[in-house]
Amino acid sequence: MHELPVTQSILEIAVRNGSQANARRVTDIYLVIGELSSLIDESIQFYWDMIAKDTIAEGATLHFRRIEAELMCNDCGERFPHNREDVSCPGCGGRNVKVAAGDEFFMEAIEVDGEPQG
Amino acid sequence: MAERISVVENILGANDRLAQDNRARLDAAGVFAVNLMASPGAGKTSLIEQTLPRLAQKFRVAVVDGDIATSIDADRAAAAGASAAVQINTGGECHLDAVMLQQALNRLDLSAADLLIVENVGNLVCPAGFALGTHKSVLVASIPEGDDKPYKYPGMYRGVDVLVINKMDLLPYINFRMDYFRAGVEALNPGLVTFPLSCRTGEGLDAWINWLTQHATRNTQHLIPGT
Ligand SMILES: Nc1nc2c(ncn2[C@@H]2O[C@H](COP(=O)(O)OP(=O)(O)O)[C@@H](O)[C@H]2O)c(=O)[nH]1
Ligand SMILES: [Mg+2]
Ligand SMILES: [Zn+2]
Repeated sequence: MHELPVTQSILEIAVRNGSQANARRVTDIYLVIGELSSLIDESIQFYWDMIAKDTIAEGATLHFRRIEAELMCNDCGERFPHNREDVSCPGCGGRNVKVAAGDEFFMEAIEVDGEPQG
Repeated sequence: MAERISVVENILGANDRLAQDNRARLDAAGVFAVNLMASPGAGKTSLIEQTLPRLAQKFRVAVVDGDIATSIDADRAAAAGASAAVQINTGGECHLDAVMLQQALNRLDLSAADLLIVENVGNLVCPAGFALGTHKSVLVASIPEGDDKPYKYPGMYRGVDVLVINKMDLLPYINFRMDYFRAGVEALNPGLVTFPLSCRTGEGLDAWINWLTQHATRNTQHLIPGT
């Protein structure tokens, strides 16, 4: 399954950004996952506990912010949820639409405990 | 003294960077590459088998086959006339990634190929997330899979450049609402280039071959002296 490489990527990004900030520990990791990217779910927390061992991100909590898929009408500019059955625009009834949200797959932030000063 | 640090990094950024390296290598060698994705049994290998003989006069076509454990598909590609066929056994991974393609490229003589066809692991979820560095992503759907797949696997339908609808010969026997299917595709990927065809009867294959030919020619042209 792909959870392992994805979890490794998350770990690499978290540890690198934490180290750059001289963090003693990364405690929380905030991920933004669009509904259309459908690559991972909460199960990666289990992988985390395995692969983050002995790193500054050991024991970190993963937070998922889900972004719903949204379409946008090319004709009238209306944005509306992609409910997966009817794709026509509720504003003008047109079918000339494009995906406006839902592709996201990134880390937006981490929370760290800093080195005690002095 | 907890502190929040803004990151904003693509989770698969490392894979994406490696994919760019692969692309640069392919471009330098003038090789046009496509990534074939589909569920198991949709007809990826059959499409390769039908494609190779039709291109034999024009291009040297190399094939990279991703499979969890066997080399059956690479053997079929070799038998169908691939100029080179490389098998990647993913050892359980459900998709190819840019590292695996890099390793496959290391085993190929790119100067002896004009076109590279990559057969990804059969799966409608995972391959969509992992860029390889190929020029175009092609999804092979097939009639028996049913007409609801764009609705169930939006990530895959969203991310591809070309859609092949295979097994059109089975349309009379299966309750497949083409309008419903197409509407789902259109919402995710407006104007997607689509080739309905049958690897069994050969119906519709010409349009697909023309598309491949045009793209492979465009990509290799700058290497031919005096053009
Ligand atoms: N009826 C019909 N069967 C097909 C067609 N294309 C492939 N098949 C069959 O579908 C099965 C799976 O094909 P294969 O190419 O191995 O699929 P892959 O797993 O995507 O590589 C085989 O039994 C093929 O003979 C087609 O156009 N029509
Ligand atoms: Mg196959
Ligand atoms: Zn509208």
